[in-house]
Amino acid sequence: MLKRWREQRFLFEELVKRDFKKKYKRTVLGILWSVLAPLLQLLVMSLVFTYIFGRTQPHYTIYLFSGNLLFHYYSEATNGGMRSLLANSSIISLVNVPKYLFLFSRMLQALINFAITLVIYFIFVAIDGLPFRLTFFALIYPVAMLTILNAGVSMILSALYVFFRDIEYLYSIFTMLLMYLSAIFYSVTTYPEQIQRLFLLNPVYVYIRYFRDIVIDNKFPSLAFHLLAAGYAFILFGIGYLIYHKFNHKFLYYM
Amino acid sequence: MITLQDVAIRYRIGNFRDIGLKDYAIARLKGEYHVKEFWAVDGVSFHLEQGLMLGIIGMNGAGKSTLLKAISGIMVPSRGQVSIEGSIAALLALGSGFDGDLTIKENIFLRGAMLGNTRQFVTDTYQDILDFSELQEFEDRPFKQLSSGMKSRLAFSIASLVRPDILILDEVLAVGDGSFRAKSEKKMKEIISNGATTILVSHALDQVRELSNKVLWLHKGKQIAFGDTQPICDRYQQFLNGEIKI
Repeated sequence: MLKRWREQRFLFEELVKRDFKKKYKRTVLGILWSVLAPLLQLLVMSLVFTYIFGRTQPHYTIYLFSGNLLFHYYSEATNGGMRSLLANSSIISLVNVPKYLFLFSRMLQALINFAITLVIYFIFVAIDGLPFRLTFFALIYPVAMLTILNAGVSMILSALYVFFRDIEYLYSIFTMLLMYLSAIFYSVTTYPEQIQRLFLLNPVYVYIRYFRDIVIDNKFPSLAFHLLAAGYAFILFGIGYLIYHKFNHKFLYYM
Repeated sequence: MITLQDVAIRYRIGNFRDIGLKDYAIARLKGEYHVKEFWAVDGVSFHLEQGLMLGIIGMNGAGKSTLLKAISGIMVPSRGQVSIEGSIAALLALGSGFDGDLTIKENIFLRGAMLGNTRQFVTDTYQDILDFSELQEFEDRPFKQLSSGMKSRLAFSIASLVRPDILILDEVLAVGDGSFRAKSEKKMKEIISNGATTILVSHALDQVRELSNKVLWLHKGKQIAFGDTQPICDRYQQFLNGEIKI
């Protein structure tokens, strides 16, 4: 395993470089967009919900930013991941390279963008007067789990996308639905207990809530909550792995 | 060393995923739904010792390129076995593994990485590759701006200079200009004399006669002949002239 990784490291690095160059090609601001895009999105949402819908929750900007930050990461990673196989079909059909490298390259790209936004997030947290605590280090946990989940979901989607291009349209609707169900700009506390529990069926919401609990409410999530966060990640990654394992050699016939 | 045992590759045509939901439903309603099977390569077996050059001949649609995909590990055969010893560099089409938006320099590194080299090795051979392809002035230009001849020169330069154990070339020599063709043939002989095994697909029979030690003749996926170059090339020539039937 380690030997294979050493062999493929160079290719992986080159693929990551290529994806970055291509993403920001012909943009004036280049990689700055990784920071600007989520910031502008936050600004719009913050204006809309504070002034038009009149939300007055304490630390609402951070509440909103937490949701946006994680959801944006999920959405960017899985949408890029879904296309990663087909976008490289000309390479895959003519050169013998491990297919998962293309997907992992996109995952890393999304992770780097996320990391940049995370820095901005902490700046906002400081500006908003929320104290930094040691428990902030626990945020590594939901980020790691979401990263595994992203890879799993992307494996499933990219395989399906090779066979059925319809997935692209269905998934954009699904992503929108998931966004509204992730309580990004509203609070679930207004709902009865049972409905609140239903939100936990949404993995992205679980990770968002972890962030909010730690950063805004200074509350450390329970063990069960940790297990739930890990469960979603590993189950989806497992399914994705099995699909790749099974269909690895069949992709080529449909590209 | 390359050994193929009864290798066959099947394509399925007209199945559900191929035609889409609408056509599938219509075909089902009319009772016309059936999946056609097509054997692009059917029962090819041969053994190629190290250091030899194999020429693959056959008309269009004989399954030559598909067979190369199986040998280079891109496709897994539907039946039979391929066993390979050594690293492979395959040039299956002009732009294979290149990215049109990246520069020549970036492409050399990317393609070098795909062929399984280390960064150190590609950095060291980079200048040789560029010099051999004679594209020094184009170093920082995007790949898509190159002419097709230049693209094939670059592709050949990378694949041949990274010193593979097995080099696979599919019709890529046909496009270079005269002087580069002579240079690349010389390079190929050098690679072979260094002990590499080479597979060449070409419609230029003279080139096959001159370079190869062994020839494989395919026709509609079936193996017609495998063996020494001259007799098989003679028979193939007769077949092309319509003097014999198979």
